[in-house]
Amino acid sequence: MLVLTAIITLTLLAIGFGALLGFAAIRFKMQGNPVVDQIDSLLPQTQCGQCGHPGCRPYAEAIANGEDINKCPPGGEATIQALADLLDVEPMALDAEHGQEKPKQVAVIREDECIGCTKCIQACPVDAILGAAKHMHTVIESECTGCDLCVEPCPVDCIDMVDVEHGLSDWKWTSPDRSMLIATDRSSTEYGRSTNAA
Amino acid sequence: MTAPVSNPNHPKRAVHAFHGGIHPPEHKVDSNQTPIATSPLPPRLIMPLQQHLGKAAKPIVAVGDHVLKGQRIAEADGAISAHVHAPTSGTITAIEDRAIPHPSGLSDRCIEIRTDGEDRWIELEANEHYETLSVEEIRDKVRGAGIAGMGGAGFPTEIKMHPPQQDKVNTLIINAAECEPYITADDRLMRERADELVKGIEIMAYALQPGECLIGIEDNKPEAIEALKRAVGGTRIEVVVVPTKYPSGGEKQLIKLLTDKEVPSGRIPADIGIVCQNVGTAVAVFRAVRFGEPLISRITTLTGDQISRKGNVEVLLGTPIQWLLNQYGYQAGNPERIIVGGPMMGYALNDPDAPVVKTTNCLLAPSAEELPLAEPAQACIRCGLCAEACPAELLPQQLYWFARSQEHEKAEHHNLFDCIECGACSYVCPSAIPLVHYYRHAKSEIKQHRQEQEKSDRARIRFEARQERLEREKQEKEAKRKARAEAAAKAQAAKQAPAAPAKPVETAASAPAQNDPKQAAIEAALARKQSSNQEAEDPEALKTALDKAIAKLDKMLDALEQAKQDNPDQVEKLTRAVEKNQVRVNQARQNYERALASSNTQAANTTAKAPPEPKELPSREQLVTNLEKARAKLEKMSDALEQAQSEQPEQVEKLIRSVEKNRIRVEAAERALAEADKQEDVR
Amino acid sequence: MALLTLSSPHAKGSNRTSDLMRWVILACVPGLALQTYFFGWGNLHNVLWCACIALSCEAIVLKLRGRAPAFYLKDYSALVTAVLLGLALPPLAPWWISLVATTFAIVFAKHLYGGMGYNPFNPAMAGYALVLISFPVAMTTNWATPSSMLADGQLGLGDTLAVIWQQSPLPDGFSGATPLDVYKHEIAYKTEETVRAFAVFGEHFALGWEWVNVAFLLGGLVLLGLKIIPWQTPVAVLTGLAVPSLLLGSDADQYTPLSIHLLAGATMLGAFFIATDPVSSSTTPLGRLVYGFGIGLLTYIIRTWGGYPDAFAFAVLLMNFAAPLIDVYTQPRTYGFAGPKRGPKSRENQ
Repeated sequence: MLVLTAIITLTLLAIGFGALLGFAAIRFKMQGNPVVDQIDSLLPQTQCGQCGHPGCRPYAEAIANGEDINKCPPGGEATIQALADLLDVEPMALDAEHGQEKPKQVAVIREDECIGCTKCIQACPVDAILGAAKHMHTVIESECTGCDLCVEPCPVDCIDMVDVEHGLSDWKWTSPDRSMLIATDRSSTEYGRSTNAA
Repeated sequence: MTAPVSNPNHPKRAVHAFHGGIHPPEHKVDSNQTPIATSPLPPRLIMPLQQHLGKAAKPIVAVGDHVLKGQRIAEADGAISAHVHAPTSGTITAIEDRAIPHPSGLSDRCIEIRTDGEDRWIELEANEHYETLSVEEIRDKVRGAGIAGMGGAGFPTEIKMHPPQQDKVNTLIINAAECEPYITADDRLMRERADELVKGIEIMAYALQPGECLIGIEDNKPEAIEALKRAVGGTRIEVVVVPTKYPSGGEKQLIKLLTDKEVPSGRIPADIGIVCQNVGTAVAVFRAVRFGEPLISRITTLTGDQISRKGNVEVLLGTPIQWLLNQYGYQAGNPERIIVGGPMMGYALNDPDAPVVKTTNCLLAPSAEELPLAEPAQACIRCGLCAEACPAELLPQQLYWFARSQEHEKAEHHNLFDCIECGACSYVCPSAIPLVHYYRHAKSEIKQHRQEQEKSDRARIRFEARQERLEREKQEKEAKRKARAEAAAKAQAAKQAPAAPAKPVETAASAPAQNDPKQAAIEAALARKQSSNQEAEDPEALKTALDKAIAKLDKMLDALEQAKQDNPDQVEKLTRAVEKNQVRVNQARQNYERALASSNTQAANTTAKAPPEPKELPSREQLVTNLEKARAKLEKMSDALEQAQSEQPEQVEKLIRSVEKNRIRVEAAERALAEADKQEDVR
Repeated sequence: MALLTLSSPHAKGSNRTSDLMRWVILACVPGLALQTYFFGWGNLHNVLWCACIALSCEAIVLKLRGRAPAFYLKDYSALVTAVLLGLALPPLAPWWISLVATTFAIVFAKHLYGGMGYNPFNPAMAGYALVLISFPVAMTTNWATPSSMLADGQLGLGDTLAVIWQQSPLPDGFSGATPLDVYKHEIAYKTEETVRAFAVFGEHFALGWEWVNVAFLLGGLVLLGLKIIPWQTPVAVLTGLAVPSLLLGSDADQYTPLSIHLLAGATMLGAFFIATDPVSSSTTPLGRLVYGFGIGLLTYIIRTWGGYPDAFAFAVLLMNFAAPLIDVYTQPRTYGFAGPKRGPKSRENQ
């Protein structure tokens, strides 16, 4: 009798909780995969493929499936840190195999040398190169992500990657932590480390 | 201290209080004891193209040009910008990047003028009575004079002389608080030129028609208060004396003091019917309207223990700071430090060759004793003195933790962007933490992050659109291939069936049949292309293409000219390129015209098509509503265009095009209606 | 030539952390003097002894952490911790009690959390609570008897030192329970009048204690006047203690009356000197009221129903736990906003 009671009770509980879970799954259903979206929004969207994936979103999907977060050179340390915060994992150093962190660049076509082969247009992941066959091409600077995927296909090597110019418009105040180099204060770095670990 | 101060003219006017604030040593007597002097003429002047908020002005002179005093040398670019004028007569010697007064220490585009010592004015258009001018004319004069807020921010004044669109201006506030220690430029100006100031305020009031007009002044300037009270006699302007407390001269704080209203976060005073102008600006407005003088000089306080002849000088804009200070007995301290602005909100100058600009209200060269360099910061002990001092009622100490640990979201949640960077928190901090510096750093980081995020979002959208397109193309190709294969199979079958009776006619018939699938595919592709071409043959796009082609051609021609002089071996190549471009331009023009014609005929067709079939004819009411709708839309568009002209110059071109389109539509609707009426009459 | 570039402001007020700390120490002096007068040399000795330990610990830990000891010792924060501990520990407590409490306060409660400014708990109270829990007997039996109760006067300096350094046993009659302790235990089976007749209560409220508390109150008012401590915390602490003792404990035949709550034990020292420790308290104006009230209330609760006669240390530590949370929910309204933003911004909303 006791055994029967136990079995009935457990069965009822199982049914009850199952129903609850089922209800919750329908009621609070998430559209898409929010983690992938969140990861994707942290990636720099250069679509350069240096991570070994054809674009940022595929890499975001790969990260969601457990791939390392340190394969994005354009994002660099900042992106790794942001991803580590989001996924609650230890930040790691950038994987040198996929490239070095470089200052922001844009592609510029030396227009008089361009032969109008459209190879770069096909290579550009964000359609930031304009032009037609046999006509000179040009890069829309504001849309160029600096992925340098157009450099390699160019048969006449007329594409340069140039550093983005810095001027008054994007001037930033430096961090006081960095500008105050005094012997007594090593706390800034230590604080940084403690937050990293947290 | 915070007890309401009564005003003899308006005894009911109470002064309210703002939260926090500090009382730093004033040091005002250092420089306010002597009358305003006039600085001598420097050998060269450097006029930055951006001395105001907004877009830099565009130079309209060339190196080598001779200019007269007051001549416009750079023109405002867009709505939020200001003209730049030559402060004296001389020759333009350079238009290049020079050191400018800016906390970054970076350089920016400047026009250098070698002065000729004659100081010869350009002809000015004086006007004795501003009432004879329309408000529009007054604004034109202010804009023409290149006046930008002279209190520090440098917002183009003309824009602030437009009443807000929906609302009227309830209160015009003249900021005469001058709460920063050391600075006495406004103080001396009010003592000596109160009449000009009051006239300037009257002109601004004439343009804005405010309900009331207040001058807010701190009670540490009794002489200036006296002078103002004398000058405002007989006008509706009130002088409101507020207790001395830094930062009562902050725009938001002064508004709170005088009206007890708060500017909502992220908004501007105009949104609550208040316009704030600086004293110096009001005087500049007066001079611009009365004498037609552009803004070419300003009053600047020279103070600090490293300057032996402290005081206020009227100095030509563009005067190099080092040269100016040297005229007044400046001795470089150790370490050398020149602060532009006051000790609370000014910035240390990186290069003393930078010039005085429209916003330079004070040059402070303190000795190490009077303003010691920052001590090493100690740990924050959360004493909360900063929160008590904060005039924005923030929690500076928490913002500091968030800024320091790069927790930008939390910092924003704690209203980081409502910080006015007045420095009160750093001033009271017992641990000498450079709090404001942390906030500035965090703010610029956040701004940069936002920009990057915006750009990466755009890149993502473009990337996804491209992916989609590639996918679509692949599918289309696949479909095409399948169709071809099917057709081929069918043809094969057809060929085999009537194989036996081979007649010439049939072969002739079968030949096209055999060719048919291919032909069909080609035709389909052509049709598709046609249709896609038609889509692309949007006159707008073609217009821009044409413009681009023309621009390119111009560039080519320039290059050709250049090449003819410099390297003849390139000429041939360039000539060819020019020819090619010519062809391209022609083609683009043809395309454009064709598209334009076709779109017109299309429009005409739609209207013309209607009458022949009376049954399908839309009813008259319908036509009338159509017309009305079109007209309303046109009006809305025109409004938007007007607004854009003042606010978003980059949108203007686009809007002009759409207005044009709408006008055509209205015309078509009108025609349709007329047509319908005619039909009616006929019947 | 590049000049010095710095962010504004370039002017600096006269506030200095070390000055604030020095004022806190100075404001303790009247209380310390009266404690010495009423309870003998013990507290004075403890203050000095704790100061020695605190400064040495601080210097050693700073050295170990690779900081410049000279720079950090100048902020006087270790000294404040030491003075507060010396005032709070029983005058005749053996030397090693002070040693354990101070070392724990400086090394564990302060530096292991990152040093000055980073400690979530009040170091002095953490040290105090540690020894109170670990050595309850030594902590509760070593309160010196007020001098006026002793026919031959208080122990001399030599005798005091001998007791503290355990060279001689504590003579009978020179130590006893505190008034709070006595009232709480005796009232269970006596009336107010009979309890009040006990010698520890003296003529007024609590022999010796009342004057010590008044001295700390005066010192605290000086700090308030100098704006070194915010008014919210002490006011809220005293309110938090007074409200329940007026509402619940108005029956003096059953509960300790308000006068004894306020004037016996560590009340004033706690309200003005301990609860106001800015690092570990709440930082918003409203939060300080909540924080202080919580301390007062918890003190009352533990004093009345808990196992310890005085409970200031526990009340402070418990509210230290709550301080960050209080901060989150007591944000002030910023200029230009209709109301305050309260509560954390949820991560999902972004």
